Amino acid sequence: MTGNRLSGPLDDPAGDAGHAEHPPRVGFFTDTSVCIGCKACEVACKEWNAVPEDGLDMLGMSYDNTGSLGANSWRHVAFIEQPRSTGRQDPGFLGLPTGPTGTGLMADAVGPRLRASERGGSELGTGPLDGPKAAAEQPVGQPAEDLGMPAFSRPGDATGPESRTDFRWLMASDVCKHCTHAGCLDVCPTGALFRTEFGTVVVQQNICNGCGYCVSGCPYGVIDRRPDDGRAQKCTLCYDRLHGGLEPACAKACPTDSIQFGELDELRERADRRLAQLHDLGVGEARLYGNDPNDGVGGDGAFFLLLDEPEVYGLPPDPVVPTRDAPSMWRRAGAAAAAFALAGVGAFVSSAIGGRR
Amino acid sequence: MTEEPGADRGSQGRTGTSHAATELSGEAGAQAENEEALDRNAGADTATRPAPEGDSEEGSIGREAQLFQGSGLGKRRRRGGGGGGRGEQTVVPDAEFRSYYGRPVLKTPVWDWRIPAYLFAGGLAAGSSVVAAGADLTGRPQLRRAGRLGSLAGLLGSMYFLVSDLGRPERFHHMLRVFKPTSPMSVGTWILSAFGPGAGIAAVAELVPARWRRTWPARLLARSARPAGVSAAAIAPGLASYTAVLLSHTAVPGWNEVRDELPFVFTGSAAASGGGFGMLCAPVEEAGPARVFAAVGAAGELLAAKRMEQRMGLIGEVYRHGKAHRLRRASEVLTLAGLAGTVLVARRSRTGAAASGLALLAGSALQRFGVFEAGVESTRDPKYVVVPQRERLEQRRRDASAAG
Repeated sequence: MTGNRLSGPLDDPAGDAGHAEHPPRVGFFTDTSVCIGCKACEVACKEWNAVPEDGLDMLGMSYDNTGSLGANSWRHVAFIEQPRSTGRQDPGFLGLPTGPTGTGLMADAVGPRLRASERGGSELGTGPLDGPKAAAEQPVGQPAEDLGMPAFSRPGDATGPESRTDFRWLMASDVCKHCTHAGCLDVCPTGALFRTEFGTVVVQQNICNGCGYCVSGCPYGVIDRRPDDGRAQKCTLCYDRLHGGLEPACAKACPTDSIQFGELDELRERADRRLAQLHDLGVGEARLYGNDPNDGVGGDGAFFLLLDEPEVYGLPPDPVVPTRDAPSMWRRAGAAAAAFALAGVGAFVSSAIGGRR
Repeated sequence: MTEEPGADRGSQGRTGTSHAATELSGEAGAQAENEEALDRNAGADTATRPAPEGDSEEGSIGREAQLFQGSGLGKRRRRGGGGGGRGEQTVVPDAEFRSYYGRPVLKTPVWDWRIPAYLFAGGLAAGSSVVAAGADLTGRPQLRRAGRLGSLAGLLGSMYFLVSDLGRPERFHHMLRVFKPTSPMSVGTWILSAFGPGAGIAAVAELVPARWRRTWPARLLARSARPAGVSAAAIAPGLASYTAVLLSHTAVPGWNEVRDELPFVFTGSAAASGGGFGMLCAPVEEAGPARVFAAVGAAGELLAAKRMEQRMGLIGEVYRHGKAHRLRRASEVLTLAGLAGTVLVARRSRTGAAASGLALLAGSALQRFGVFEAGVESTRDPKYVVVPQRERLEQRRRDASAAG
């Protein structure tokens, strides 16, 4: 294997990692356009992998009470409410007077409070979003306790035009991307994170010593350390099930095939077809995310079809594996080391020349 | 749907068209807040929605301006969630971006104060070992002793901070299973492993009590002290500089963006602390080289830090505000004072030398804590991830369309 070992397109990550003979690379294609937000994937994942419960809290973010991916949530269903329709869908309110959506209000209520929390919202199942600091950031005239959720009722439930919203829900099941060039794997100093024969990225729990480097190495903010356990945790793409010839638990449980498991090459073709189909249907905003081997991480093993910009779903728009810049960083460090050594030698030489100082 | 496939990426939910939606809800007053919320989602709407009657455009702009201006919304105000572009362009020229309920995209580092403490301790160990080896070779016994002991203290501190910060400290030796060039932490583990014995032997040789000096183990130790100390000094530049890569080789914007300058900031800081420790502990007559080393290091650190601050774009915010800013300002003041003291008074006054050395040590430590804090802060706000990446994408798109 030559070239692109640190970044860029790489056809065979498992082979590059040293698996001489290995099965084809597998992954997920998550088609969010058919996600119904049932969270069966979250539950199935927790059940199969014995992932602990992470707090039962109301987060004030639509129906998302998980918050984010993390050590105790390897699947996370995002809920976004938007005052528009998808493609040519007619939600029944076109031309009618409609009321507001609460999404922006929710974001404004939730965001500042998250930043006031201990790890800035990086923790899972964030507790009640309250506190004097957050309240201080609330606009004047709006009570600090108001989480701003006027959109709890379904569109059309109440009578009167002010209660109606032209409305769509974006739901997306997020997961570890199993990158071609995985930031977490690259920086792991113990070899606990490794590339499997399936081309996926897994933490060996008997090796991980909880150094936490992978947490900062991941450009997607997926992997995290479990506080009471001390080790890094993330989706394994059900490595054990793959060995048994089974598909991962989340894909198995998904009732709409929003989560599709399979060989990556085949999934990419399937995604291209689905994208073309949606564009034909007038859903111009559909786009694929993470499918491009030329992106900053060499393409994701788990990629997505999204109906809005990635950041709306909490995904980075243009993630780059830090390893891409490793050669230049080490060159700079080498230059700095040389300057340091020169200063040290120079200090003594100059003193010797300068005489008894 | 008038948008074309592929064309929506840049045009959707941004700016300009936003006011269309404010008109949809005619009621004023109680609805104003909600309108604002609706407004930010509006860019995307215009494509699908029949153009509404313009009942109160001016009124809604007025209400909106009130909302933005009258409510103490500072620069931190931003849109989140599925929200679209900012409604009122003229009010707050803030970086415009969207996010998922304002949640951070990245995970905040799980490291705590022990990591910047390690950065300082490692730098001190590296700087001191260079001072010790030089003093040993040029016949400055008291400076040598100070350097060796400073090096040992830094080394022991480093090991404590590193191991205790692990999630599973009892598994620290798992670091020694592999050597991974792609992991700066693995590289650093081996640098520290190579540095440790030399620095340790040299320092222990200084600590042998007088009555044991005649015994054969003590004589062996005394004889191996010089090669051990020199070997540690030879590895010291690596120890002083790799920690910059350790931080920069992450997705943390506040550390990754400064990757070109950080090595120079950190090696300068290490030299300043090593030299400063020598000035603090050794008599003025012997500490000449330590003063030179400290002064060169401090000047290098200050220059590199200045350059780093000038070159930073949006990420500079996390260095210019809050705790990181306060720590680094204090560091700058102390380092400058230490530098001035080193150049002006440390040659003549023992007290002045000690004070300058202390100032340099404190400045070095605060620099590490400041840089660390800036990185942590940059992960707490999705802005620092989304905005630069979005700009990168737009730039690439412009380049592509210019080329094509």
